[in-house]
Amino acid sequence: MTSTTLHDLRWIEPAKTRNYLNEDYGIFSWLLTRDHKRIAILYMISVSLMFFIGGFFAFMLRLELLTPEGDLLTSDTYNKFFTLHGVVMVFFFLIPAIPAILGNFILPIMLGAKDLAFPKINLLSWYIYMVGAIFGLYVIITGGVDTGWTFYTPFSTQFSNTHVFATTMGAFITGFSSILTGLNFVVTIHRMRAPGLTWFRLPLFIWSMYATSVVMLLATPVLAITLVLLMIERVLGVGIFDPALGGDPVLYQHLFWFYSHPAVYIMILPAMAVISECVAAFTRKKIFGYPFVAFSSLAIAFLGFAVWAHHLFVAGISVYSAMMFSFLSMLVAVPSAIKVFNWTATMYKASVSWQTPMLYVLGFIGLFTIGGVTGLFLGALGIDVHVHDSYFVVAHFHYIMVGGTVMAYLAGVHYWWPKITGRMYPEWWARLSALLVFVGFNLTFFPQFILGYVGMPRRYHAYAPEFQVLNVLSTAGATILAFGYLLPMVYLLWSLRFGRKAGPNPWGAVGLEWATTSPPPKENFHETPVVTWDAYDYPAFLRAMGETQNV
Amino acid sequence: MSDLVMPAEHAEDHHPHHPFLQHHFEDLAQQHEASILGMWMFLATEILFFGGVLAAYTIYRVMYPAGWAAGAHHQNIPVGTANTAVLLGSSLTMALAVYYAQLGRRIKTVVMLILTLILGTVFLGVKAYEYHAHYTEGLLPGVHFTYTGPHAPQVQLFMTFYFGMTGLHALHMIIGAGLLIWLTLRAWKGHFGPEYYGPVEVMGLYWHFVDIVWIFLFPLLYLIHQPGGH
Repeated sequence: MTSTTLHDLRWIEPAKTRNYLNEDYGIFSWLLTRDHKRIAILYMISVSLMFFIGGFFAFMLRLELLTPEGDLLTSDTYNKFFTLHGVVMVFFFLIPAIPAILGNFILPIMLGAKDLAFPKINLLSWYIYMVGAIFGLYVIITGGVDTGWTFYTPFSTQFSNTHVFATTMGAFITGFSSILTGLNFVVTIHRMRAPGLTWFRLPLFIWSMYATSVVMLLATPVLAITLVLLMIERVLGVGIFDPALGGDPVLYQHLFWFYSHPAVYIMILPAMAVISECVAAFTRKKIFGYPFVAFSSLAIAFLGFAVWAHHLFVAGISVYSAMMFSFLSMLVAVPSAIKVFNWTATMYKASVSWQTPMLYVLGFIGLFTIGGVTGLFLGALGIDVHVHDSYFVVAHFHYIMVGGTVMAYLAGVHYWWPKITGRMYPEWWARLSALLVFVGFNLTFFPQFILGYVGMPRRYHAYAPEFQVLNVLSTAGATILAFGYLLPMVYLLWSLRFGRKAGPNPWGAVGLEWATTSPPPKENFHETPVVTWDAYDYPAFLRAMGETQNV
Repeated sequence: MSDLVMPAEHAEDHHPHHPFLQHHFEDLAQQHEASILGMWMFLATEILFFGGVLAAYTIYRVMYPAGWAAGAHHQNIPVGTANTAVLLGSSLTMALAVYYAQLGRRIKTVVMLILTLILGTVFLGVKAYEYHAHYTEGLLPGVHFTYTGPHAPQVQLFMTFYFGMTGLHALHMIIGAGLLIWLTLRAWKGHFGPEYYGPVEVMGLYWHFVDIVWIFLFPLLYLIHQPGGH
């Protein structure tokens, strides 16, 4: 006790309550951290920011579509806004949202590991994401891009005068962050499981994340090389995809969708991961048909690579290959339906507790089913020709991406919020926002199914007057939806300071993440856990927990 | 003792903590397996990365067999063959570097790593010489493309693929060369031995992969003929 350093003056919690948040302080302890939990928080902040930027563009589009005339945005601005909405939401929100935030935080804890296998690479993936995002922001600030998020050639290479190069460079760079996350997850799941944690004791979250990671590893590089070819063509003026110079624009579409259709499963498989956990937690039951749910994740990942050309039915591919891809697309519905039926069967005759995550789960199951079934409409050759490039397509993929992925993301954020922050969110406000999201979502997108079916094309800023009523409904829904999304921002931040303290296991759920303190300590567990129970085995888990308390 | 928490057997309980064992691994074996699997996963990504451009190449070769053959005729086969031999030699020295690192033979590891680096650099130098020859011939795609022989548009497309594919390959070589320098310094400091040689083995996997890519590129870009014609 001879001298007092700055360190001594700072409030350091006693060792018992030391956790990853108060382990050390200062900006560099975050920016240079290798702790998967802190990296998850970094991702959460940056991905949420991108979500609200993408949401702003969506809201402007809906405002423009309030009236049939193009009176708010010029057609050029409208083109840029729907492109930026798509690019920001797909590459900077939907793909990283659940894996890089919730997966990063929860996956190593679920495995009983101290961290991901490659902590430095994990941090690197966040920096790569940020570099990609800065390219995106640069494009937004300096005038945008108008090709649509698909960057179809030859428009993107020969004709567009907007920032195609910087945007594709941003998407290219961000792809590597997703590859590195997938790589880290696969190696961690293979090599870092706690003693006793066999493959069939793994929570279904892990199985789905594993399937996601495989798709990230094997699909993303194809997008990367495709965008490289696109950038070469645009800069050098050679004709890789330009028919005038001997190139083939349909080849670009094949290569693009070879990534971008599996990318749909990069977005939905993690959502299914979250749903399985929440269903088990709020029904307090084992998931019905565990091996079927586990293997259906792998089946979706596998089949997802064999359906890409269903995006090209009207692009001039041969009828024979269109029939094959139509058939294969139907097959993906089987494992997806297995999951939905198994979750529903788990809820059957259970005493379900209706806390916020479960409300989102119910929303997910209904909306994902509608999205999936309309996907079958689109996979059928005849109907696809009728509704292609119409609002029917827009409604379909928003039911999957927003009704599915965003619902599941919000379910997961609420479910693990007490674990991440150590605080409970306010239940009443959260239920209100879940209701707003559900009502707002359906009011926004259900009219778009009808609009598309009766012939309103997508990507125009003006439309025929007879479509106005349904468009007004859709815009009204988007307004409700916006409040539904802003509300959690407010009350979750509020709960950081004023929320009720959460114990280690506020839901009475099973799983290793509920066997450690909230928030977890820096290395997740004070002692490496030994797993002696199957996934979702409540009696065995609670017995183990009870004995811990008695020791 | 409960079922739930049992103190794991820490490495330091048995023998001194190895300086290169990272805190989140139980032991060096787990760390080694993780890094090897990680590199294999990365190589799977790389295969799909090169696979995309190879697929596009193949489609255009089927569409334009004559143009593709004409493009390949502008390659310098003797120089390319010699360069292939240089690269294969670097794979041999890389494999020997892994071997010596496993045995803890410090000087021999360093020598083999430096030889690998030299052979890789020679390969890149020869590649640069070839690029320059193409440039003076007017075969660089874009505004400098002045070739007016038969199938000129298709030859330009071929040369785009040529520069794209060999350029990406060269980029991988340059990254590999950087890693080799870092690894040589570590080997010089005596970091590697029978217990810990993971980084050298991981580098070996990467280097061999880059060589295998060239084994595909060389025949596809240098040795093809028009089917049925010569």
